[in-house]
Parts: sequence; structure tokens; C-alpha cells
Amino acid sequence: METKKELKVNAIKNGTVIDHIPSSSLFSVINILGLNKIGQQVTFGFNLESKKLGKKAIIKVADIFFKDEEINKISLVAPDAKLNIIRDYEVIEKRVVVIPDEITGIAKCMNPKCISNHEQMTAHFEVVEKKPVALKCRYCEKITDQEHLEIH
Amino acid sequence: MKNRSLVSITDYNQEEMLQILDLAAEFEKKPNQDILHGHVVATLFFEPSTRTRLSFESAVNRLGGRIIGFSDSSSSSVSKGETLKDTILTVSNYSDLIVMRHPLEGSAKYASEVSPVPIINAGDGAHQHPTQTLLDMYSIRKTQGRLDNLKICMVGDLKYGRTVHSLLIAMADFNPVFIFIAPEELKMPEEYKILLDNKGIEYYEYKDIADKMDDADIVYMTRVQKERFSDPLEYEKVKNVYILRNSMLDKTKPSMKILHPLPRVNEINYDVDTNSKAYYFQQAQNGVYTRMAIISKILGVK
Repeated sequence: METKKELKVNAIKNGTVIDHIPSSSLFSVINILGLNKIGQQVTFGFNLESKKLGKKAIIKVADIFFKDEEINKISLVAPDAKLNIIRDYEVIEKRVVVIPDEITGIAKCMNPKCISNHEQMTAHFEVVEKKPVALKCRYCEKITDQEHLEIH
Repeated sequence: MKNRSLVSITDYNQEEMLQILDLAAEFEKKPNQDILHGHVVATLFFEPSTRTRLSFESAVNRLGGRIIGFSDSSSSSVSKGETLKDTILTVSNYSDLIVMRHPLEGSAKYASEVSPVPIINAGDGAHQHPTQTLLDMYSIRKTQGRLDNLKICMVGDLKYGRTVHSLLIAMADFNPVFIFIAPEELKMPEEYKILLDNKGIEYYEYKDIADKMDDADIVYMTRVQKERFSDPLEYEKVKNVYILRNSMLDKTKPSMKILHPLPRVNEINYDVDTNSKAYYFQQAQNGVYTRMAIISKILGVK
């Protein structure tokens, strides 16, 4: 059955396919991974149908293989993302993303009176809950929950 | 403690807190000592707090140290748009220790990460004010002779009051019983009650003072501020409920003491001031000894 499925996004020879990204998070994922700043070929599909997510997005990045700590950064916006590592058009490895115990940058503390929202500095969080995610700011110690999570 | 910043009360363990209190008691006996000779302490007050600043400056002066700083950010480069990082890095070139008060939460933690000299947090927004907590503990131990097994009654704004939160965290290791008296809108937040539950510490919550403090050892008063209420009518309803009057103290324990972080507005009636249970002005004096102890420990002269 798998083989009959029409490909909405062209296959890549070598690289990484990031699947099961919520459509609304596509551009966050691109930003977090810095895909808008690389020279390799990137193709993506947006608002594809998904039983699980309703609308999903998929990104195919040629010739790039992400390290765990790099790819885990997208877990805040795409917790169900699946990675297929491609070599010579074949999937040689499948990976999932894991929410790390600490988050550096990426997220914004929801406390408007937190120093991290006023100074040019990197935000730091301890992940106190993973699902739904809750982040404790290293500076003001306030909790930012999933509902108020802003990614930049 | 030498060369370590004091940003949050949790930066010190129980033993270190007791060391500070013991040293503060030494300074109370002999308040003027020239042990900070040759040291420069900066007091950076990005928002005004005359009481806290004078207390720190008195502490440094009594120890023979020198002070530089500003008492209001409008008189510093901050008004020209300088970042906190730049201010801290610059002032750290001029001083051995920085005492800072800042309106933003987490600012002291951030300053301690960028600063090559230790930072003492003299209040960062609604977040932390650890030297207040240590002077409160000093006052409790001095008046009760111990920190263990005390009944501590906290009255007023228990939701936003950073002093009650820090004191609760610090005292939670000394097997206390807490009595919380606050209006519905200003109740002790859930996170602190969970902390007490986890440690198996008893606490009771009430909405009126009445006879609730009769067997308390310490009554810790705070200000109920109008701006904390979303509905002005709610404030009008409760504003006179949390005022302590001399007549309410008749049945309280003779050894009970009333603490208040000051400044007070009207929450402690003036007729309480002459009662021997009133302790808030001595408490402010204890602040100088406690800060002398903290500064000497951090600068490593004691």
C-alpha cells in the first residue's frame, strides 16, 4: 500500500525527512533549525492531510543529518514529529523527537516583567512537565505553559 | 559563601543561614568594626527604595567600607538606554560587591551570571528579597530564642507579598505551623501550599483575623494594596478587615511579636506601637546587623 501513495513532495536522494509537523508549526520549525539560512535544497509541503494531525506539514532537507540535540529543539512546536534518514533514496533510520530537560532560547517567558523579555539575552528554561509542556524560567522562576508558549 | 552571589533565599542552605544569623548576633554586640577597610561596595538602585538602601549603606559604613552607587535609575546611564549587562560590567570594575534593586523579575540572577563580582539581590520586582528574609529570621530567633516549632501567622497580601513567600520557604525547614489570613483575592498561592504539603507542614487558612492569632508566636503583617484588586469594590470591602489594633492583642501570647517588612500604611494601628509585642522597628534595626553579616561573609572578611 505504501508504495502506491502519491508523493506530494519530491523524494530526496540523501538527507532528512521531517514528517508529522503540525501545519501551524511549519515556519517555527524552519526557523528553529535555521533552514532559511542554509545552502542545501529544502522542499516542504504544507496543509497536507493527516489522520492524526488534521493538517500536517513535511520538510525534506537534502544532504543534512541532524544531531539529536539539534532536532530535539523542535519538540516544543512539533512534539509528534518523525524523522526519516535517507541514504540513496532508502530510509535507513527512523527517529522521533524528545523534549529535552532544559531549553535554551527558542521559547519566550510569558511573564512580561521578566528580565529576559527586556534585555538582549538568551532565555533559559527547565522543563518541569513534558506533556502538556511547562517551562520554568531560570530568571523569574515563573512557569510558561503550553497554552502561552511563544516560539521565536 | 565567599564570593558567591545571594540572589534567592534558596542560594543558602540551612547551615549557611544559621551562620549568617550567628554572625549578625556578633555584630549586634559590637556594631562598629573596621573590617571592610579598603573595600568598595556599589549600591545600584534601579528603582528607589530608601529604607533598603540606607540599611545596606549603614551596614557598609559601620564596617568601615566605602560606597558608590545611585538611588534612582533616572540619575544613571540607564535613562540613556544602557542595558543592565553593560551597567553591571562597568560598575564591577569599580567595586568589590554589587547590591542591586531592580523592578524586573530575575534581573539579579541575570546580573550574577554576567558579573565578575558577587551580587546581592536587594529586591527584583515581585520575585525575591533574600536579605529581608534573613533579617526576618534573625528577628524571629532573637525574640523567640529558637526557629523550630513556632506558630507563624501571616496576615494581609499573601498572594503578591514576596517577603511572606521567601519567609515561608526559609522557615519550612524548621517545622512550623502556619496560619494564613487573607482576603479571597490575595490568598496564599497554590504552589506554596503544595510545597508545605510535600514537607508535611500544617497550615490553616482564614479570611478574618478575629481570634486566629491567639496562640501564635509570630504575627507577620503585610500591606493590602489597593492596586492589587481588579474590582475596587472588593478592596473597599476588605480594606479595614486586616488592620491590627491594640485591643485585638489582649488574648495573644505574652511572648508573641508582631513583624512587618515596612513601610506600613494603616494596617497596624498606631496604638499598637507602644505594646511590647510590637517589634517592627527593632526588626528594621536587625536588618543592618544581618546585612553586615551577609556582606562580610561574601567579601570573606569573616
